This record gives sequence, C-alpha cells and structure tokens, in this order.
Amino acid sequence: MSATNSPYDPVEVADLSAEAVQGAVDTALAAVAAAQDLDQLKAARIAHAGDRSPLALANREIGALPPHAKADAGKRVGQARAAVRSAIEARQHELEAERDARVLVEEAVDVTLPYDRRSRGARHPLTTMHERIADVFVAMGWDVAEGPEIEAEWINFDALNIGPDHPARTMQDTFFVGSETSGVVLRTHTSPVQIRTLLDRPLPVYVACPGRVYRTDEIDATHSPVFHQVEGLVVDEGITVAHLKGTLDHFAREMFGPATKTRWRPSYFPFTEPSLEFDVWFEAAKGGPRWIEWGGCGMVNPRVLAAAGVDSERYTGFAFGIGIDRTLMFSRDVTDMRDMFEGDVRFTALFGAEL
Amino acid sequence: MRIPLSWLRDYVPIPEDEDAHEIAEHLVRAGLEVEEIHDVAAELTGPLVVGRVREIDELTGFKKPIRFCRVEVGADHGHPETPGIRGIICGATNFTAGDLVVVALPGAVLPGGFAIGSRKTYGHVSDGMICSERELALGQDHAGIMVLPPGTGEPGDDARPVLGVGDQVIEVTVTPDIGYCLSMRGIARELSVAYGLPLADPGTELAELPAPSGGEPVAVRVEDLDRAALYTLSTIREFDPDAPTPQWMRARLTAAGVRCISLAVDVTNYVMIETGQPLHAFDLARLTGQVVVRRARDGERLETLDHVVRELTSDDLVIADERGPVGLAGVMGGLGSEITDSTRDIALEAAWFAPAGVARTARRHKLPSDASRRFERGVDRVLAPYAAARAAALLLELGGGTYAGMSAVEAPYEPTRILLQDALPARIAGTEVDPADVFARLQAIGCTVTGDGRLTVTPPSWRPDLTDPYDLVEEVLRLGGYDRIPSVVPRAPLGAGLTLAQRQRRKVSREMAAFGCTEVLSTPFIGTPDLDALGLAADDQRRRAVRLANPLSDEAPLMRSTLLPGLLATVRRNVGRGFDDLALYETGAVFVRRDGQPEGGHVDPPRPSVQHRPSAAELTALEGLLPDQPLRLATAFAGLRTLPGWWGAGTAASWADAVESARVAAASIGTDLQVRAGQTPMPWHPGRCAELVVGTAVVGHAGELHPRVIAALDLPVRTAAMELDLTVVLEAARVARGTGALPTYPVAKEDVALVVDESVASADVEAALRAGAGELLESLRLFDLYTGAQVGEGRKSLAYAMRFRAEDRTLTVEEVNAARDAAVASASHAVGATLRA
Repeated sequence: MSATNSPYDPVEVADLSAEAVQGAVDTALAAVAAAQDLDQLKAARIAHAGDRSPLALANREIGALPPHAKADAGKRVGQARAAVRSAIEARQHELEAERDARVLVEEAVDVTLPYDRRSRGARHPLTTMHERIADVFVAMGWDVAEGPEIEAEWINFDALNIGPDHPARTMQDTFFVGSETSGVVLRTHTSPVQIRTLLDRPLPVYVACPGRVYRTDEIDATHSPVFHQVEGLVVDEGITVAHLKGTLDHFAREMFGPATKTRWRPSYFPFTEPSLEFDVWFEAAKGGPRWIEWGGCGMVNPRVLAAAGVDSERYTGFAFGIGIDRTLMFSRDVTDMRDMFEGDVRFTALFGAEL
Repeated sequence: MRIPLSWLRDYVPIPEDEDAHEIAEHLVRAGLEVEEIHDVAAELTGPLVVGRVREIDELTGFKKPIRFCRVEVGADHGHPETPGIRGIICGATNFTAGDLVVVALPGAVLPGGFAIGSRKTYGHVSDGMICSERELALGQDHAGIMVLPPGTGEPGDDARPVLGVGDQVIEVTVTPDIGYCLSMRGIARELSVAYGLPLADPGTELAELPAPSGGEPVAVRVEDLDRAALYTLSTIREFDPDAPTPQWMRARLTAAGVRCISLAVDVTNYVMIETGQPLHAFDLARLTGQVVVRRARDGERLETLDHVVRELTSDDLVIADERGPVGLAGVMGGLGSEITDSTRDIALEAAWFAPAGVARTARRHKLPSDASRRFERGVDRVLAPYAAARAAALLLELGGGTYAGMSAVEAPYEPTRILLQDALPARIAGTEVDPADVFARLQAIGCTVTGDGRLTVTPPSWRPDLTDPYDLVEEVLRLGGYDRIPSVVPRAPLGAGLTLAQRQRRKVSREMAAFGCTEVLSTPFIGTPDLDALGLAADDQRRRAVRLANPLSDEAPLMRSTLLPGLLATVRRNVGRGFDDLALYETGAVFVRRDGQPEGGHVDPPRPSVQHRPSAAELTALEGLLPDQPLRLATAFAGLRTLPGWWGAGTAASWADAVESARVAAASIGTDLQVRAGQTPMPWHPGRCAELVVGTAVVGHAGELHPRVIAALDLPVRTAAMELDLTVVLEAARVARGTGALPTYPVAKEDVALVVDESVASADVEAALRAGAGELLESLRLFDLYTGAQVGEGRKSLAYAMRFRAEDRTLTVEEVNAARDAAVASASHAVGATLRA
C-alpha cells in the first residue's frame, strides 16, 4: 500500500528523500550492529530488510514518481537496501561463527560411548583359509572342484591304486558306512575328487579341491576325526615334477610370504609315482623360523589315470594334498585342535578378520 | 623301526665321525621318515663299570630285603680305604657272590638326570649303585639288577661297550612300499648308496653250517604254493635251553626296541631285524608228524601266542601238524607249539608268504605283528634259506645242539622284468637326466640292467614294489635328489574363476556374519538320542540317518541328518562357558539315506575294474551307493539379540531373528524365499515356526524351538533356530535384470492401517495389498502392529507405508487414491481387512 502523498511531486514523497533514506539505513545498521544473537538479527532483518521495512515501503513509492525522478530515487533506495543487506549478511556470519564456537560445543557428546547394540558376527577361520587357498589357485586359472563326503570305497581307494589288501588301507583308519563291506566310506582324503574330476571333466584339468575328510582318530589337541584338506590336480600334456614344484613353491609363497622356501623328500602314496613330501621354511613361526612338514604330492600314478580312462601315454599329471587345519594351526598359532571344532564363539571371533 | 648305529655299521662302514643327525639326513633324503634320534650316550655320563660281587651281607630288621655288597670294581675305581672294592647297598636279590654286575660309581649320571653319589643308608655307606636295565634305559626290566653273563668282562672295565650303551639309535617310519627297510640290511643298503660305501649284505651270504646229523629234519608239505611260495623248516636237536643270550645281542635287541625272552626267540628276532626275514621257532616236541602249510578249514581254531583263541576261515593260511593248526602263517605262532624254557628240539621256520593273504588274515584277526608288517609289505622272495642258515648258525654257536638239516618247498621264482626307456625319467622330471645316471642308479639299488636306450631292468628280489617303469623313474629321481629339479609354474588354460554356486555360498556365509551371526563347525556325529531330543516323528526324513559301522563312540554312531543337534550343542556349550547372548550359524552337508538304501549298508557293492574307465552303468551303480548329501544352512539365537545400553532397552532374541536370517540368506543371492505359516513338525514351537518356501517346495523351517526340545536339550528359554536346504536355495537364485532407467518422477506416500482377525497372517495381508495396488506401487512396508482395546478383542491393526510412483508422469491425487483404495479393497476381499477408524 502506498503512503499518502501528492501524485507527481517527488519532493513531497518524504520517504524517498535522501535524508529519510539515509536515516532508515542508519537505523537499520544500528539495529544490525546491536543484534546479539541470530534471533535478534532475524528480528532486525524483518524490521529493516523485510517486506514491511521502511526501505521496502519506500521502494514501492518509486513507481509513483514521474519518470525523470524514478532513476534517481531508485538508485538511492537500491544502494540503501544493498548496504543494509550486506550489513545483515556480515553480522550473520559473525553471529554464526559465535554460535558455532559456543552452541555446538555445548551440544557435544561423548563420542567414545560404545554403541554395541548388536554384536558383530564372524566367519570361522577354516572357512576363510579355505577361500584364501581357493583364491590362490583360481588366480592361476584353476577351477575349484568338489566331491561328496560320503564316498564310494572304489573311488576313495580302489581307483587311487589302493587295492583291497593294500597296506595303505591300514595307514588310514577309515569310517565305514553301514558295514565294513558296504562299499561306502567317509572319505579319508580329498583325493577321490581327483577321480571324479578325471571322470567328469574334459582334459586338460587344473583343479583345487578343498573339503572335509574323516579318519577314526579320537579328538585331542593334535587330532580330530573330522578335518580339512585341499587337493590339487593337474593333468595335461607334458606335465613334470618341475611343474609340481613350481606350483607348490608359488602356493607356499602366496600363503606365507615371499621368503618362503620349500624342501622335498621322497615318500610313498599309492596314487602318485614318484611320491614326495614337502616342507616349508616358515619365517613367522612361533619361536623362530623353521621347517614345517606341509603336505604330500607326486606325479599321478599311471594306474590312477588308467582307472579314470585317461591315456597315460599322452597325458601326465601331478597331485598334492595339504591339511588346511594344520596350516591354520601352525600359521596362526592355534595350539589345540579342539578349539576349531567346539564352536566356542571366542575362537571364531578371534579370527573373524580376513586371513 | 629303531636302528642302533653300532649295529648298522656292521654292514656299511659309515665313518665314526659321522653323527646320528647327519646319517638321519641321508635317510630322510632316501625317503625314510625319521621320528626321533635317541642318544643314549648323552644321557649316561661318568664312571660306569663292570663289577664282580665278592661278598653279600643280608641286612635284617628292615621292611624289605636289603643287601650290603662288597663289589670288586678294578684297581682304578676302588675306595681309597678298600683298594679295588666298593661297598654298595642293594635292594635286589637276583644275584649271588661271583656274579658280574654293572656298577655306577659316584659321579655317574644316569638317564633322567639321576646323579650317583656316596651316601649313608641302612647303617652303611653306599658307594655307588648296582644297576637294573631300566635304570640304564636299556629296557623295562626292574625286577632285579642286571647280571652279566660270565666272561662278559673284567671288573673295572668300562661297561658301555659291553652293554651297547653309548650307542645312538635312529627311529624311522617306513612307508608301505619299502618293506625291505624294515631291516638293518635294507637301511644299510640305502646308506651305502647314499654314501657311496660298500655294503656287506647279510642277506646274500649263506652262513656256514655243519653237515646235517642226528636224524632227519622235520618234513614239510605245502598245499598252497601261491600263498606260501617258499617254505623252509630247519631242525636243531639237543639245544641247551639254559644257554643265555649273550650280552651283545641283548644290548642290540634292547636298543632296537625288542624285549629279550630266551636265546631261541632272541635269535629269531635278531635275524629278523638284521635281514628282514620273519622267523618262527616251534618246539619240536610239541609238533606231531609232518608240517603242512594249508588253508584253514572253516571252524578250525587256534590259540595264538597272545592267548587269544582265533576262529579261522578258509582264507587263513595256517601251519599245521597232524592234529591241526599250530601257527597263523606270517602273522603269529600258536601257543601250543611255543618255545619254552625247557625246549631242546627246535623247528625253525623261514618262509615267503603272499602279502595280500597275510594282510587279510592280520586284519581279520586284528593282529598286526612284526612278522605280518613285513610280509604285508613284501619280504625278499629268496631270502628265507639265507636267514634260516644265519639263525641256525647262531643257535648252534650260542646254544649248542646238532643241526639236522633243512626241509624246503619252493614254487618257481620268476623275477619281474621291466622295460624302461632311459629318457622317461627326464620326461617325468622336467629336467635333464643323464642316461648313464639312470643306468648307474638302478644298478646301485640292486637291479640288473641291460640294454642301451631301451633298458631291460630286473629288480632285485627284495624290491617287489618295483613293477613298472614309473617305479623305476621314482628310484632314479629320488637318488638324484628332488632338490635338483627346477621349479616351473605350468601355464593353465585361461580360467573362469569360481562357479556361480561357489560365489553364492561365499555370499551367504558373509551375509550371515554381517547379520551378526558367528560361524561354528560342530560335530557331524550324532546318536539316536539326539534325534529323540528333537522330538522327531518315527517317519521323519531325518530319522533316515546314515549309520557308521565303526563309530568312535557308540553314543554317536550316526552321521548328522540335520545341522541342529550339533549347532544346538554349541549353543549349550557357549552358554555353559558364560556366553548367554548368542547368534550362531553353520553351513555343511547333512546325510540322509535314499529310498531303498539299507541302514546296515549295501551287500556286495559294485567294484569295477581299475584297469580302465568304469562303464556308465558302473558309475551309476557307484553313485547309487551314496546317500543324499545336501548342503544346509542353520542359525540359532538365544539370549539378547540387541543389548540394553545408554541408547535404551535391548531386545530378546526370538523366532523373528531366526526367520529373518532365512530371508537375509535368500535375498543375498537373489532367491525369492516365501515365509508362511504352515506345517510345523518337531522340533518347532507349533505357533512360532514358519515354513520357508521356494517356488512350491518347503526348503526349511525357522522359528522358536518347541519348549519340550528346549527342556530336553537344556537350552535357554525361547531359543530360536533356522535350518534350510542351501542347495535348493542356491539353485533357485535369479540374476536381477534392470527394468529401464530409474524413474525420477515424485513419489506419493500413503499410509493405511488395516484391522484384521488376529489369526490372519500379515504375509497374506501384504500379498493382497500388493495385488490390489497394481503397477504404481513402488514399495510397501509394515511399520506398525497394534493389538488392544482400540481395535477390539481378537483383532489386530497392521499399518503399512505405501509408496507410489509412475515411470512417465507425476501421479495425480486421484490416481494415488484410486490405487490405495484398490489395495485396501483387495485386502478387504482377501482377508476381511477393514480400514482402521
């Protein structure tokens, strides 16, 4: 709403006079300067820069001026309003800074308060170790293969050149299913996955087979009737002992660090010929670096290839087996095997991080 | 196998300065596993001498017999006041004046750190100790002190060489292929090759025996030449049963871990360890007529040396006389023909028995013996006469008697011939192997090698394990040393990484941990009481558990058919250890017999040939033996799921956590898993258990356990659990597909509160709302559940937040209202829902 004035005489529009405008500015600046907090500044803003502030009201009068007066008045009022706005902004910044320095500090909380509403879950270290091992071989381009834990005796023994009367059958104390002549056992090693792989997959094969195995050992600190192995099998043209060593050297370094060394000894397994055992030089061993027996390996016995229908004139292969539980024990200082299989949450929680 | 080094050096001249650890290294490189090195010398220090007991004073007035002995110990070792003599208190009574004994003088330290001093006891100064076998760690005998055979030594002599102590003993494990290393002969051969030293082979020189006299040797007949291809029986008469075993032999046997019994038995053991040929001595006086090697007749019995009466079968090979079996061939002799301390006439058996037959008999009778261990692994096919002569010569030398000769039966022996391309070792090794080395190494282990390039190799009779070219390759490579073969990573074809199922399993496992659950591995062995505790019905699928023929514990003879018994046992164990708030999970196979699979196992299972790939039918038959082995996921929750704290109250673990764990697992791999109120078999609380459904199949259950189960298993109240068939859930996973660019038009939010009967499942309300709301519905979430006076008895109010959005426009108020009303109408129609006033 316009103030009362005479239509065409700018002089008579008192609110637009230089004095009046300057007065309004002075009043506004004083109010802004006097504002002690953001609320007072907000009130000052409404009073002096709001829609109903003197300068806003004066601004509306400009339209009523004759054209020649408009520019002059417009410029004057515009500068005045800008000055007020600028002062308010400056004061706003000052007061916000003051508030930040005071109020936000007053709102501070104890950020060290625990917020353990729900406990964190954790994966069993044998699971993580199993995955870690699989990943090393997958990175070499291998597949990961699996087989059943309850296995045909023929696949667990006979096909692996462990005949019915072979002394090796007494080396591995076997759980039989149903009766000792049922032809079904709890697999005593992951080696039957070799047979399944050769029966099921086209050649060449490069597979790692981690899994659970069983032997009739009473549980104690170093034995368990249930434990875990990883089997490796390569069958291709021209595979040699050198390839076996190269693969396991790489595997050992991936698991235990670049300084890891390996040592090779003759041994005997019915399903490999020649057969070797290998030790790793484990730098991080408790009590100082030392040799640790790590696993058995060898070149796949041609009789095993024959039982799986592989032409042993054309193909050769190597295989190896390693105890996952044992690897966890020596590499992570687990001293009692029972801890791995009793399900105590402390054990899993301790190893809950990635291995 | 324990190898006393002084004994070993009889056959191979290993330098004396080569110590046990260095020798052990060579054995390891040859393929023997060294268990331990016993260093008797290091444990026995100070003066240990031969003494002669001169006088014995029996002291009286003590609770047990005590003797004060004056013992002659040589000029250098006597007491200053009694030159050459020491006074010693002794509690044993098995000696008399004049006996030679072993005396530890003050300053000696015996095995176990037992220091000998001069001390006053029983009213006398005891100036040393007269030793027993056990005190010297020579054996177990502690019944009396050691009395040395006359002439063993002179008082004052160092007792160590006499006793064989001061020796080092390497204990090795012999793998089944190298049975010949169960002897000094075999070990010596390996070391002679390793050191490049000559071998004095005790298995190829025939001991000199007197011309037979004093009657005929016992006659022998062999009925089964396949199982007993060589059988010899040597006869010695008028042997002196009182002749002692000489100290040197006792020392060696003891060091080798063999208990000394009597001269005749000790000699058979000595020659067995020396040559690897098991021997058995019969008391000739207790045999009747001709000795026959034959199969046992079903029903025949034999009491073996261990005092067990054995029921024999026709697969058992026996040594029999006219009256019946007197020995289990290659395994153990019979008690009735055993050598006794009055035996004068001896029949000494040395034979070759077929490995497989001995293995079967030893296994059938659960009777592993030193003999069976050797026969199973293959004894030198031609050794028996040599070992028999050696043993007979020793018996005659040490126990007198007359040699009546040897009866022998032998099947023709045809040594194996193997054709070997001399390039094969290099081809297998992946590095160069000089053909000359191939030739030389095979000769070194006793093979006869002829030819050039294409070699004809005849392995020696003691290496029955060498049957094909690859066996020879192993010999060539192991003797060359595996450390010399280079290390080369083979280049695999390009791989595809883990399979989808393998990645999914990892995902589910991680998701369960992220859900706050701790993974456990529990025992897979359970018992019927575990299934009873779950309250399973008689016809429950999980009752068809797989039974073990030889469980570790009779209480757990079954393989788990459900993960719950193991998982719940870990709940109880953790609670017992003070962890009350639990969220656990386990993944693993369970085992359920398929239709027609008998609990007692299959009879006459297929056993395909191993000469070639089995036929498809054979493979199917093999698979048909195996039970179902699905992969399961289970979770368990007890105590508090969230804890109280400065933020407010905690929440108890409940059925809802269990059900949610199933939803989370399925959702993490993109399987559409429905939760519905349905059948609730045991072990579930009938009102607090959900069926988990994929497609139309029930894949598991989740919820609170039945109070009876909780009581039976002693679990925390309201323990909740979930178990599902992970194999099915994995297979049902669907890969998500995009539906076009994400619409960015504004969302319209509508809340509705519906009142339904309390019995109505919220899943049904939700399904009806979704069906009614149509395509514009973007999401729907239950945000409140209310029961109470405002909605009336038996009713509940469900409040849902609905979000609507269109792909191509901003929805009008009318459109949103229409969709919401349609949703409510649908719920009204389907489940009788009314809008809450």
